Amino acid sequence: MAYQDEITHMDRAELEALQLERLKKAVVYCYEKIPFYKENFDAVGFDPYALSSFEDLRKASFTTKDDMRAAYPYGLFALPKEEVKEIHMSSGTTGVATVSGYTEHDLQVWGDCFARGIGYAGGTEEDICHVCYGYGLFTGGLGAHYGGLAAGCMTIPMSSGNTKRQIKVLNTMGSSIICCTPSYAMYIADTAIADGFDPKKDFKLKAGIHGAEAWSNQFRENLEEKLGYKALDVYGLTEIMGPGVAMECLEQNGLHVAEDHFFAEILDPETHEPVPDGEWGELVITTLDKEATPVIRYRTKDITRIIPGVCACGRTHRRIDRLHGRTDDMMIIRGVNVFPSQIENVCAAFPEVADWYQIELTRENSLDVATLKIEINPEFPMDEIRKIEDLQKRVKQALKDELATTIQVKIVEPYTIQRSEGKAVRIVDLRSEEEK
Amino acid sequence: MIDQLTVFLGNTEGRLTALCRALGDAGIQMHALALADTTDYGIVRIICDNPAKAMAALGEEGFAASLAKVAAVEVPNVPGGLAQVFGALDQAGLSIEYCYCFATAEGHATVACKVDERAVALLEEAGFKVLHPNDLYAA
Repeated sequence: MAYQDEITHMDRAELEALQLERLKKAVVYCYEKIPFYKENFDAVGFDPYALSSFEDLRKASFTTKDDMRAAYPYGLFALPKEEVKEIHMSSGTTGVATVSGYTEHDLQVWGDCFARGIGYAGGTEEDICHVCYGYGLFTGGLGAHYGGLAAGCMTIPMSSGNTKRQIKVLNTMGSSIICCTPSYAMYIADTAIADGFDPKKDFKLKAGIHGAEAWSNQFRENLEEKLGYKALDVYGLTEIMGPGVAMECLEQNGLHVAEDHFFAEILDPETHEPVPDGEWGELVITTLDKEATPVIRYRTKDITRIIPGVCACGRTHRRIDRLHGRTDDMMIIRGVNVFPSQIENVCAAFPEVADWYQIELTRENSLDVATLKIEINPEFPMDEIRKIEDLQKRVKQALKDELATTIQVKIVEPYTIQRSEGKAVRIVDLRSEEEK
Repeated sequence: MIDQLTVFLGNTEGRLTALCRALGDAGIQMHALALADTTDYGIVRIICDNPAKAMAALGEEGFAASLAKVAAVEVPNVPGGLAQVFGALDQAGLSIEYCYCFATAEGHATVACKVDERAVALLEEAGFKVLHPNDLYAA
């Protein structure tokens, strides 16, 4: 029995009845407790008391990140501070932070959702959960921590950084489930290997739960090869809860949404009309039982799709596909939409280059120029310029085949692209404000 | 053939100095250094007294260093001497990927060529002196 099997295997009809019942309460709760929702629902003529089906929710207004920023700090709280136990904030790298509040119940739901993912990874109370997401306002660290505790694991709150110590603990304490960003997992693996460890033998990892960044299947294969474990994806966002909104099982074919707590819609980002299952669109989420900061129809800007059909693992919660990217990470290079994950997929197929890359955007003669910087793999002999130029040419061609636009390729020395202990910096935009 | 140390260097300030310093700190004596430069990077080719040790030391410092086999041939000390060496290779249909000249400690002009390994026997048969690792490496 894995954690909360009875919920993750719930009969579909029963689950949908539970969702609808919670949804009815959620829209009324927001309408009555948060002026923002009252104003917006009234403005679009959505009557929360009349909601009787999932389709009715489509009449409700959206909530955006800008709405959340405008409401900073407490504008979207449904409850007074006295009833709130904890808060988290998004990094706010592009402006004002967004705030999420949690009651005792909300924290418990969060722990449950992440703990299910530990179960999906084959974890039980016998596992040792090594958390090296950053602890603090970022939801990664504490979200995984609460999940580890809820799942009954011995949980090691490593936080991110101090990689040598991470390696020492992985090597000596028997950590079996590691939770961190995929890029940090790669950094730990590469550092351990450079220090003479063979993580497949010297670590006891069986699974990794990696999120907060888009990562390709090829990157996953490389990680699994280096660490000898199963690397699983986790989805979450501060505005909704944090990691655990959806989590991948060992089938590695999509992430099960915690549907008893979240209602997911996939919409065409332009028309806002729902797309059929299987088609890509923007993920829009409604929290079904969040108390402190409930959210109705949050536009995540994440591009995914519902994977049709039932998962081979037997769980009934529907799956979203691994993220295709974010509508706001998307680069428009000479009129073509490009997601960093597509570029990553291309370069991960070349053994001559390392798993680190960076995309530099510049503007020359009023044209956008994207330059992909890739590190040469030290093991790959680079004796002849002809071979390096040939490699550049092949990568460039592969990018062109994949993206239908030209990306310049620059090969740089090993270890010169900045490593990250949190989210990897994949895009460096050197264009001036006017040029963007 | 001789093990040549090849290093891929980004075109950043002080990188060549850092490379030479790292070799010096590792106690490596260089016999020859040739740099092929492009806009974005350079390839540094080095003949030294202990290529394996040099490669390991550079690897630890984060340099992309590898070893490649080259033929080091003494050049007859007469006008047209180098043409004689290359002529012999031409005749056998062996092309040279790259080459550079240096002088040995004994003062002989020597050319290092990236060329098919068949070149060694061929040049020796033609009467040229092809250097062996013992001639260049530290004992």
